[in-house]
Amino acid sequence: MLELRKDIFADERDDNLKEIGKGTQRQDMLGHVTGTSTYFDDHKLQGMLHLKTVRSTHSHARLRRIDTTDAERSPGVRRIIRGADVPRNLNTLLSLINFGIDDEPSLAVDKVRYKGEPIVAVVADSPREAYEAMARIRIDYEALPSVFDVEEALKPGAPVVNETYPKNTFTYYDKYDHQKLRFGDVERGFGEADHVLEQRYQMSPIEHAPTETNGSIAAPDTNGRYVVYTSTQALFFSVDTCAKILDVPSNTFHFIGGTVGGGFGGKVDTITEPLAILGAMLTGRPVRYMLGREEEMQYGPPRGAERIYIKDGVMRDGRVVARKVRAYFDSGAYTRLSSYAAVKCAAHLPGPYTIPNVYGDVYCVFTNRTPATAMRGFGVTAMDFAIECQMDKLANLVGMDPMEFRILNAYRDGDMKAHRREAKNTALIECVQVAAEKSKWPLRDQFKRASSRKDGGGSRAVIPPTPRDADAQRAAALQQRTTYDRAPAAAVREAPPASQPSPPPPPRPQAPSHGAARFSSVFGTRRR
Amino acid sequence: MTKHRGRGIASINYPIGMNLGGDPSQALVHSNPSGKFTVSLSSIDLGQGMKSVTRQICAETLGVPVEDVYVDTADSDTGPHCMGSFASRGTHRVGNAVMAAAKEARGVMMEAAAEELEVNAADLETDGRGNIQVKGAPHRSISTKDVAIAAQFRQGKTISGRGIFLVPLSDVDPETGEMSPATCYAHACLVAEVEVDDETGEVAMVRMDSAYELGRALNPRLVEQQLVGGAWMGVSHALYETTEPYYPDSSHGPRDFVEYLMPGPGDICPHDIAVLERPAADGPFGAKGPGEMCANPALPAVANAIFNAVGVRIDELPITPEKVLRAIKAQGGARSQPRR
Repeated sequence: MLELRKDIFADERDDNLKEIGKGTQRQDMLGHVTGTSTYFDDHKLQGMLHLKTVRSTHSHARLRRIDTTDAERSPGVRRIIRGADVPRNLNTLLSLINFGIDDEPSLAVDKVRYKGEPIVAVVADSPREAYEAMARIRIDYEALPSVFDVEEALKPGAPVVNETYPKNTFTYYDKYDHQKLRFGDVERGFGEADHVLEQRYQMSPIEHAPTETNGSIAAPDTNGRYVVYTSTQALFFSVDTCAKILDVPSNTFHFIGGTVGGGFGGKVDTITEPLAILGAMLTGRPVRYMLGREEEMQYGPPRGAERIYIKDGVMRDGRVVARKVRAYFDSGAYTRLSSYAAVKCAAHLPGPYTIPNVYGDVYCVFTNRTPATAMRGFGVTAMDFAIECQMDKLANLVGMDPMEFRILNAYRDGDMKAHRREAKNTALIECVQVAAEKSKWPLRDQFKRASSRKDGGGSRAVIPPTPRDADAQRAAALQQRTTYDRAPAAAVREAPPASQPSPPPPPRPQAPSHGAARFSSVFGTRRR
Repeated sequence: MTKHRGRGIASINYPIGMNLGGDPSQALVHSNPSGKFTVSLSSIDLGQGMKSVTRQICAETLGVPVEDVYVDTADSDTGPHCMGSFASRGTHRVGNAVMAAAKEARGVMMEAAAEELEVNAADLETDGRGNIQVKGAPHRSISTKDVAIAAQFRQGKTISGRGIFLVPLSDVDPETGEMSPATCYAHACLVAEVEVDDETGEVAMVRMDSAYELGRALNPRLVEQQLVGGAWMGVSHALYETTEPYYPDSSHGPRDFVEYLMPGPGDICPHDIAVLERPAADGPFGAKGPGEMCANPALPAVANAIFNAVGVRIDELPITPEKVLRAIKAQGGARSQPRR
């Protein structure tokens, strides 16, 4: 049951609109409830072929030999596709925004880095004939040692998962193996705290579990173009990724999608479109590539695991005065989007609370498992689990009611957040108050009277003196930011407090000195 | 065997949109000669209601009934660029782009109507029912259909508009993490009540009470659909789901919905939701985005409720009966905490 609390923040709203605020029936409701909405897989094209991939049976192995001669003679087989057939068989999704290095092949060539990695694609008249041909492909593996634990992967001598990142960590700003957040002096905060609590939290990978699994159908169109029906969540990300991998202009493709059977983040990776289109290019026929449920669950990207350590300093009166976080995102064998999640996660610290000293190190780590990707709440869900379990423990530790403890520490309008932006338009306190009311959870008067619009700012708006890391000085000479090749937005930085020596100005991003101009329909012309 | 009840809470905030690389979306709006409007997008409707929410935004901005607007999504030949449907950016980013496009189209429509009525466009208003009228003199009016015909066949005007909403790239300071990761934040607090069986370790949901603050609830029914489904996705994540049950050991991975557990109809409990609306300064009609954040508070609220019920802290997801039972055993039995 849903109740609209129009009484709260009423003075900030215009509630007299004609269409906004109405529970109008969905435009697509009739189609959905009568089963007539068109999804990508409803396009059964004449002469359509089916593509299936042979997947690695090893978590980490060198590919000694791939023998497809038998499979090529198998009935119904139209084409066997190998890594060498892929025009640009190395990509990373966020290369479209110049973040990260190409690290993942469409089809593995010399090595497999996770169990289930695609090695060979078979295009056949029917799924059954594709499976029968796949059974006749022989692959000789030379097994290599694997690493599955994020902290093990960081130890010296750990197996190198992905040679693009030999330390098994994504590289930030060309120099760090993690994303930093520094605000105030946590060590001093711990020194002043009445209690210090350090805890470890762990989230296992989970599946997006969409009703419709990942898939696409590509077909040759007139005038040398290809039409692609797809379940993608990000149409132009997929168009551009395919244009890059297949090395053709993006307007070679006419992508059609937009009605998708659930995504939750699992349909951003463009895992089927490049091979489906390549299959159509090589056979001149429509090609369908759709993941089965087992593939979707085990080899389609999951929400990746995270391990989080939180150390908090809290005063007897309930104020949290320092929070130090070390978090590891398990990216699996390739980067996909976990590199970005770590940045988003760092910005999310310390949660919706005003804490004067915050320190975060967030790692994106490579292991020999299925590459992880985005999922609902990306970069934040596991951290919220950790932070909120921790808040409950801290409330318990100081003997405070957990709701009142949250109101006491909640951020308010005008407070300075740890990523150095002012908190505005906040409403955590009101949510806690209303949830308390609904659940008949007693709050004392002073907490019922608290407001996000009162008592923020002032001393809470100050950026505290923040010690620099020892490694920052050493690395400064080599400092080079990720090579965004457009003009950076002019950053207006607040003047540091007078007591602090002023830091050197951040260097300008360096223009890359190599590569040709490339047009991206997502991001325009850029050099790479 | 005893069943113990407990309550737990969690409160969270959530950033709307992504910052990395800049965050743009575009929209095109045009009218046909009957005064019916089409919104062309390359954005995706994953089932969350993208088509419907942008349709309402367009209708409100144009000042026409929602039935006169149809939203066409995700065709790379006709739909202008959009980053995609993720990061809770649909309502906020795409909604703003649609609003901008509809404003431009409305401007042409009002000019065309002004020419037909021989008045100044600034003196005109829409009635939201398909008519444009002179302010204070509603008998001097013209239907949007007649305006569209006049624009197309007599005046040679295109009633159309282009819109883009761009949140520019925010550089991240490598040393401090200083950045602008999002434009606005949604908020939530959820109270979960559970019942824990100290013989089997099973956790049953008893009820949930929650408050979500989402900026403006553009369509309360779409919001409800998100919040109800999202909270259950969170509960499922807390208690049931994983593709690697023995993580970091990768064995015993489930392959279908027989092995991959999720709550079924018999596991559902009542969920009482309050929606708060504190409009975001830069949101379309103040909207933020309910999509992702609604799942997040359920996970820790359930974990905290389990502690309240039996006194054990399970810090590893999912909180399976095995983990609960082992923890209860290790502690020498259930220890209920003060009832909340």
